[in-house]
Amino acid sequence: MLIDRRLASHFDWTILAVSVAVAALGILTIYSANYSVTEHRSGALAWKQIYWFLLGIVVMLSALTFDYHHIDRFAYPVYGAVLASLLLVLVIGSVGGGSQRWLNLGFFTLQPSEVAKPALVVALAKFFQYDEPLDGYRLRDLSVPFLLIAPLALLTLVQPDLGTAVILVLVFISVVLMGGLRIRSFLYLVATGLALLPIAWHFLKSYQRDRILTFLNPDLDPLGAGYHIIQSKIAVGSGRFLGKGFLNGTQNRLDFLPAQHTDFAFAVFAEEWGFLGCVILLGLYFALMVVALRVVARAKDRLGAILAFGMLSIFFWQVGINTAMVTGMMPVVGIPLPLLSYGGSSMVSMMVGVGLLINVSMRRFTF
Amino acid sequence: MIPLSSQKEVPPEFRQRTQVLFAIVGVALAFLVCRLFFLQVVDGERYTYLSENNRIRLKRIPGTRGMIFDRNGQLLVDSRPSFDLLFVPEDAPEREKTLGELARFLGRDVNEFLDLLEENKGRPPFEEIVLGRDVDWRTVVAVESHQLELPGVTLRTRPRRSYLMNSMAAHLLGYLGEIGPRQLKLQKVKGYSMGDEIGQFGLERTWEEFLRGRSGGQQVEVDALGRRVRTLHEVADAPGYNVSLTLDWELQEIAAQAFQGKEGAVVALEVDTGAILAMISTPAFDPNTFARGITGDEWRALTRDRLHPLNNRSIQGQYPPGSTFKLILAIAALEEGAIHPDTQLSCKGSMMFGNRAFRDWKKEGHGAVNLRKGLVQSCDVYFYQIGQRLGVDRIAHYSRALGLGEKTGIALEDEKGGLVPDSQWKQRRYGQPWFPGETPSLAIGQGYLTVTPLQMANLYAAFANGGTVYRPWFVRKVESLDGTVIREYGPEKIRSLPLKQSTLDLVREALADAVNSGEGTGGAAKSQLIRIAGKTGTAQVVEMKGQIVKSEQLAYLIRDHAWFIAFAPADKPEIAVAVLVEHGGHGGAAAAPIAKKIIEKYAAGRTSPPPSVEQLVGAPGGTRAD
Repeated sequence: MLIDRRLASHFDWTILAVSVAVAALGILTIYSANYSVTEHRSGALAWKQIYWFLLGIVVMLSALTFDYHHIDRFAYPVYGAVLASLLLVLVIGSVGGGSQRWLNLGFFTLQPSEVAKPALVVALAKFFQYDEPLDGYRLRDLSVPFLLIAPLALLTLVQPDLGTAVILVLVFISVVLMGGLRIRSFLYLVATGLALLPIAWHFLKSYQRDRILTFLNPDLDPLGAGYHIIQSKIAVGSGRFLGKGFLNGTQNRLDFLPAQHTDFAFAVFAEEWGFLGCVILLGLYFALMVVALRVVARAKDRLGAILAFGMLSIFFWQVGINTAMVTGMMPVVGIPLPLLSYGGSSMVSMMVGVGLLINVSMRRFTF
Repeated sequence: MIPLSSQKEVPPEFRQRTQVLFAIVGVALAFLVCRLFFLQVVDGERYTYLSENNRIRLKRIPGTRGMIFDRNGQLLVDSRPSFDLLFVPEDAPEREKTLGELARFLGRDVNEFLDLLEENKGRPPFEEIVLGRDVDWRTVVAVESHQLELPGVTLRTRPRRSYLMNSMAAHLLGYLGEIGPRQLKLQKVKGYSMGDEIGQFGLERTWEEFLRGRSGGQQVEVDALGRRVRTLHEVADAPGYNVSLTLDWELQEIAAQAFQGKEGAVVALEVDTGAILAMISTPAFDPNTFARGITGDEWRALTRDRLHPLNNRSIQGQYPPGSTFKLILAIAALEEGAIHPDTQLSCKGSMMFGNRAFRDWKKEGHGAVNLRKGLVQSCDVYFYQIGQRLGVDRIAHYSRALGLGEKTGIALEDEKGGLVPDSQWKQRRYGQPWFPGETPSLAIGQGYLTVTPLQMANLYAAFANGGTVYRPWFVRKVESLDGTVIREYGPEKIRSLPLKQSTLDLVREALADAVNSGEGTGGAAKSQLIRIAGKTGTAQVVEMKGQIVKSEQLAYLIRDHAWFIAFAPADKPEIAVAVLVEHGGHGGAAAAPIAKKIIEKYAAGRTSPPPSVEQLVGAPGGTRAD
């Protein structure tokens, strides 16, 4: 399908430019995280990330060429496919780092829980595209959304992938609120959530409990579970104002950082580029979110607004939680920094989000 | 192409909501920026320090300890390079697995390592655990070639003390041990740190200050697995000073060989200087055991041994001197004019004092005995009477004047002073006066009187040189590696008792006759090479109270200690030797041949004199290092 000229003139270059900038910083960071003076590691991961980004561009383009109104039609099939792949992961998924998250597709190791994020947003958008009730939704009106989120959250939780499950739930709550939940119903929801906390605690793996406990008190076990938080804070803090310089992060280079190219990529970045670099990076994310908010505000219809908002909330929560975790304000949960952390699935689903944002943005004038 | 009908307009609430969202996003990011500002700008310095601390470790390189030589430049103690096997648990992500691998490569039991890990639970983070000291070459190769599979496992080169004489001079040379927590507290100012070795006993302890090298250090950048990435900064270590002794390896060796299988002590010293030529105590221990790191079992075995191999009997063993004490009585009697040397006293094999009979060792008696015969044949009855004439306090006075009853002041720890009783002491100790009936026992060196072998050697040396008591010493020189003399030691007079020439001549001759006349008790020490003068002694071991001994050991354990103390050549004495054989029976049989061997060896060596201590006589008074 061709994009007609009128559409092209409304193409939101800001979103694309910001995304490319973040991804580029990400590639540099991954190169550094994977770099070692003594061992002859190549820039292999950085190159792979470049491929993922190019793949992401393709995915993004295909996510913006079609009119987002058609999404209504394949929201559930996509959702169904994601659900199926999540079930499949449980059966034949490959294990890494103690959990079973990946599907080997030969050329690509797919992490279905990453793809679940945009799929959830699309499915929720389908539900919320219609006018909300006058005084908002009551909980009992939301059986469909609950049916949508529950299996996704549970299936990621048992992998176990607490981080993604948390994001899915937060995105769900955000979209439901945006979609028009009654305040009173929202309070019920919060109350039930709090009541369920002790039960959830019971179902957490022991290492996850350790992480939460050591977050509350990192000195509890400075060389065990508290190690990641402490080392990450040291990395960020020692970057000081201007940073140690590209490839000069000692915390990173000497392997004191955990998961330095994925969940803790921000620590590598902060160590090498300092406060100034962090402000620039966060500025880029802020710009992306502000533009996304503008897309939400100017969207032609509820479907577009909810779609854009859903994608925005994925970005918001992931950036917020990841940076909060890296700077020691939250327990360690495995959540990648959008567009920056290493990972094909994450890159592709974030680029789907970018594509949909542009899609909604450029079609706000079409009738 | 676009179905419009079903699409709903964006409700006005959405605009409101987006404004709220904008505020939320803004606040959240502002909050993050604040957080980063605090971490990176406000606390940046602290975190920079932490990151440096993370990656930079200080590796200490202990300075090589100084070598120890005997008087002829013969190497006695050396430091050779060795490897210790270390483990830093924090550097191993999977400790059990790493130790398991290590055990597999070395063919050892993993539980040994796990026990060590458990034992060291309380140590500070990143402090190394020593898995093995002075490991063999095979271990070094195995660890080096499997570095990647063994995160946290490293080797440390370290000079290892090596005692070439093994146990032969153990008590004098001493041993090293890892510095203990209490010592560390006391010595911290001197630059010791955890894991350092320090002299714990003997010469190694007393001369620690000179022998120890100055530790060097390396600032090493390590990665998170503790693997060295590069060296940032280095401070060279400096070796310790070398120490030369007055000891003679050959005399030491012959004494040790002669004492194989026996318990006791030998002290040989130079008559004119007090310099120690040989000093042994048996049973001994092997200081090399300490050098490689003594195990708990080995240590327990040493400390629980009934024969106390860790005791230095030559300075810590306190024995009754027996008949060797008769020298003091002879000197005192002559100097005090208590008896004319030719006056003959009668010996009928015993003497009644009050209602108690004091027996002579020779049942049938010695007949008419003068001073010379009394010494040569060691007549007890003669000296009972001399003792009575002198009285306890005069005997005590001469004993003390010649160095008994107090520490000689040799530069070794825990020397004992022995005991010289007198009437004051008796009053103080027991609240009773000295009974005249106690003097005969004292006169033949029994009773309350105790001495150490070193004191006896020093006493005979003092007599042999005419009455000068020197502080026994054994370190001649402390030199740096390039030969600069740091300290030099010489003889140090403690006191002197000017003796009449007549006394000297008479008693010397008597003691020479005791060995050479054919009728003396010391005949077993008679030598064709050199004229030896000496006195036998038998110290009774009757007071075994309180000790529970097995019946088959009884015979041995109540057997008397054998003494023989000699000097030679008899007319112009150079060397004095004290030999004590515990439970050796009669001194003439058990101890005299040992003294003879040592003196003959000395005489043989004398023909080609080494750069000797004689030159040092009169050198600035020796100062003790401690």
